[in-house]
Amino acid sequence: MTDRLDVRKTYKLFIGGQFPRSESGRSYPAVDGDGAIVARVAQASRKDLRDAVRAARDAFGGWSGRTGYNRGQILYRVAEMVEDRAGTFSEQIRIGGASKRQADREVAATVDRLVWYAGWCDKFAQVAGNLNPVAGPFFNISAPEPVGVVGVVSPPEPSLLGLVSRMAPALVPGNTIVLIASYQKPLPAVTFAEALATSDVPGGVVNILTGDPAELLPWMAGHMDIDAIDLTGAPADQVAPAEEASAENVKRVVRTATVDSQSPYLIAGFTETKTVWHPKGQ
Amino acid sequence: MSLPAVAEPLPAKPSRSAVQAYVGGVPSVDEVAVTERVSTLSTRSIKRESKMAALELAVRMCDLTTLEGKDTPGKVRQLSAKGVRPDPADPSVPSVAAICVYPNMVPIAKQAVGGSGVKVASVATYFPSGQAPLDLKLDETRRVVDAGADEVDMVIDRGAFLAGRYLEVYEEIREVKEACGPAHLKVILETGELGTLDEVRKASMLAMAAGADFIKTSTGKISPAATLPVTLVMLEAIRDYGALTGVQVGMKPAGGIKTAKEAIRFLVVLNETLGLAWMTPDWFRFGASSLLNDLLMQIRWLKTGRYQSGDYFTKD
Amino acid sequence: MTDTDHTPVLHPAIEPLDWGYASSREAADLVKISERYGLFVDGDFYKPASKRYMTSINPATEEPLAEVAEADEKDVDRAVTAARKAFPGWAKLSGAERAKYLFRIARMLQERSRELAVLETLDGGKPIRESRDVDLPLVAAHFFYNAGWADKLEYAFSGLKPEPIGVAGQVIPWNFPLLMLAWKVAPALAAGNTVVLKPAETTPLSALHFAQIAAEAGLPPGVLNVVPGAGATGAAVVGHPDIDKIAFTGSTEVGKEIRRRVAGTDKRLTLELGGKGAHIVFADAPLDQAIEGVVNGIFFNQGHVCCAGSRLFVQESIADVFLDKLKSRLEKLRVGDPLDKNTDVGAINSAAQLQRIEMLVEAGREEGAEMFQPACALPERGFFFRPTLFTGVSQSHRIAQEEIFGPVLSTLTFRTPDEAVEKANNTPYGLAAGVWTTKGSRILWMADRLRSGVVWANTYNKFDPASPFGGYKESGFGREGGRHGLLAYLKAEGL
Repeated sequence: MTDRLDVRKTYKLFIGGQFPRSESGRSYPAVDGDGAIVARVAQASRKDLRDAVRAARDAFGGWSGRTGYNRGQILYRVAEMVEDRAGTFSEQIRIGGASKRQADREVAATVDRLVWYAGWCDKFAQVAGNLNPVAGPFFNISAPEPVGVVGVVSPPEPSLLGLVSRMAPALVPGNTIVLIASYQKPLPAVTFAEALATSDVPGGVVNILTGDPAELLPWMAGHMDIDAIDLTGAPADQVAPAEEASAENVKRVVRTATVDSQSPYLIAGFTETKTVWHPKGQ
Repeated sequence: MSLPAVAEPLPAKPSRSAVQAYVGGVPSVDEVAVTERVSTLSTRSIKRESKMAALELAVRMCDLTTLEGKDTPGKVRQLSAKGVRPDPADPSVPSVAAICVYPNMVPIAKQAVGGSGVKVASVATYFPSGQAPLDLKLDETRRVVDAGADEVDMVIDRGAFLAGRYLEVYEEIREVKEACGPAHLKVILETGELGTLDEVRKASMLAMAAGADFIKTSTGKISPAATLPVTLVMLEAIRDYGALTGVQVGMKPAGGIKTAKEAIRFLVVLNETLGLAWMTPDWFRFGASSLLNDLLMQIRWLKTGRYQSGDYFTKD
Repeated sequence: MTDTDHTPVLHPAIEPLDWGYASSREAADLVKISERYGLFVDGDFYKPASKRYMTSINPATEEPLAEVAEADEKDVDRAVTAARKAFPGWAKLSGAERAKYLFRIARMLQERSRELAVLETLDGGKPIRESRDVDLPLVAAHFFYNAGWADKLEYAFSGLKPEPIGVAGQVIPWNFPLLMLAWKVAPALAAGNTVVLKPAETTPLSALHFAQIAAEAGLPPGVLNVVPGAGATGAAVVGHPDIDKIAFTGSTEVGKEIRRRVAGTDKRLTLELGGKGAHIVFADAPLDQAIEGVVNGIFFNQGHVCCAGSRLFVQESIADVFLDKLKSRLEKLRVGDPLDKNTDVGAINSAAQLQRIEMLVEAGREEGAEMFQPACALPERGFFFRPTLFTGVSQSHRIAQEEIFGPVLSTLTFRTPDEAVEKANNTPYGLAAGVWTTKGSRILWMADRLRSGVVWANTYNKFDPASPFGGYKESGFGREGGRHGLLAYLKAEGL
């Protein structure tokens, strides 16, 4: 018998830089590979989603207005914070059934992915934008801009690498994010929120909800103030209704073949191309 | 907050700062958009019945010009005769508006046009450079008016204008205007030396405020001379000045206009910008030497249905 | 006021000139219009399985021009089958060979440019000056531009090995019939896709003449198929299971419907939808050019332009001067026979569109905005509408919110750049915006903040095949034109 009772963490939502419980007062059990309950996590409601979108919208101007250089440094800082919590992440990934080796590898890959995307922040526009040689006396340039507030459904797994692989490309150009974490394996997502909170990411830039995508996704897809939605991680049977609902405000919908790839073209999926013309004259 | 779009009219004896502010309040000009506008207007086609009237109007708007070092009384007499009766074979062709010559040629031209109604215009103020002391310019102006010039075409001091000495330019124009007495004053901006359409617009507004009866593009000694974009910008300035003061000012593109087709394009731009009130020789002139014959050829072509040869039109 | 004596009049008064522009009509017989058009499928024209024909009329005279096959599901299926059959061969053809077909088509378009311009004006009502000087040159340019990409696709997107997607279903609108065809067909073919194109119900003729040109150019059968029809035909294209990519230009309402139709499928989708463009004029703008820009922004093509600058924001300190200038400029607009080379504003495309414009203008008056229309005479027959300027408009008015798609401009004022941006962005649309100011840093500041796919600074309504075009928000997604436009017709690992 130990001489001291351990203090357990309460797994809460991450909205606007704060860690609230669900306004619904609900929580649901997170289980390990054997089905044993390891913790209870907050179960977000549509109202929590609504609050998260509001926080993301409020944060958009500031985050997108920062320089790419600054966003890059902050993303790199996130990588530092994840590395710093590597042990915790590894343990939580193992609760989901992974071996230590697999879990360590996933954490390392997550850190490396964050570093990879951090470096894109001040380069992506150079690759995705260009001067257009129009047939007239005009300066004409196309450059990517963030699309706005992005809704992301994290894949069930890998619980940490999947989340970061979906989140990071949206974050690079300056979008703000409302993310539904892996329903089955939510613990790394909550710890990741804590890493975000300590890494200079302004409140509201990333909002993480634990809860049931089947409950939350219809609200997310139909929300008029979400500009784009990443359904790559969404349950297969919910993709079509979500796409249908996304029509209401003509959301950009991202669906890619793999949940944890990395590519600058994923960043492009969360951007708008803006083209500016100006005459050249004396 | 920026200055108002169109400045307040200048007071009678403005201070330096008032003139600076007036010129500073002139709206800027976008060159590309101006070029686009005139190229759109250049696609206008006028109907056949109007074409004859337009060509005759262009003849009546001509300031038939010779401004050369080698000008002689003989040359000026011949030119004057041509101006009075442009097409000896067709007396229905009207006379030109004026004969435009150097100061020394004014008496000869005056005598040659006689009582025809054709005016004599003289360049003055040390045309074409304008680089002389003011009293000499005023003296020259008085002399040409005394010699019988009905109209005086002065040049502005581009050096002073480009150096930002707007009050100096303003006062010079005012004094020349006074020296003109009853003669009509056309103020040559020499737009080819002003560099940009912004400066053209400012100079136009300044010249009108100082009393120009007409503003005129060029001396004909500098290229580019009278282009459509420059003319459009000056016409727009005339429109603004009219809205500001109620004063109507005339326009004279001069130099480089050689064909009837070009002349009609200028008239289209004039009509679209200022309208019929300006579509008379009282308010619009072409400063040209070789334009007239092309107008005559086009008139004859309309009358006969045959394309014409230069051999059938006098070169004077 | 100066004290200068402006003695007028050098000459005796002259009778006022009878200054009239020619009723200088482009000859309608420059183009030979058939009595009946079939579908263009697999390289030839066929009678429709539907056995139905629709009548295309000249909106300027309300007279019928031709009967055009109306494709039903069976006809669409036949076209998709032909496109599918042609796809492997076309995709496998070397880029250099595909390029030469497109170059050849571009040249043929240039050769027959006047004829097609007349056709476009007859069928759609736009002024010949625009179809001749804007539409047709751009149509050829789009083919020429995209032709050159066909054998350079691996250089367009670093790190990708692009491949064509397959069969593209393209549904285009009636405002720029041939130009919208070019925007869609040229990049699709350059990238190696085959096409089933549905032109708009009221303007199908130029697409069918284009099909003829494609056939004469030797384009392999099935690479391009044209299925005219109305909404049901478009729905059949969108819903066809063997189409891999849908590209649509049209109303936001229909765009949303298409989005719903393809939900859950693997069809790729690009949408170019409506707009309510903000045209912002600062006090320091080059005013007379801004006037021309504003006029071009809303009256170009009768305002049937998705990116039309239909909301004018004038800085309050110059509002009176600017609106006076604008009104007198409007008096100079020549409204009438679209075939007249001097016409500035032609016919409204259809009776239905005219009705919608009239309805919204009425709404504007009822809501208390002040209306100005120049005193121009309108032709007695045909669908025409006077250029219309509303002043005293509020953000909450319908005419400030809804896309009118007609020659109607709503004017609002603003005081500061922040306010201009806020009001300009205060719309579900985000296609285009215009800014007029002489201050360079303000242009860039505004351009950063205006949420729209195109920002025209000190110009408006400029188009070029090298320049990407497309919207933010409910104006759609995807870009057309430029390097970015190609991406809509390519697939690759990593995309």
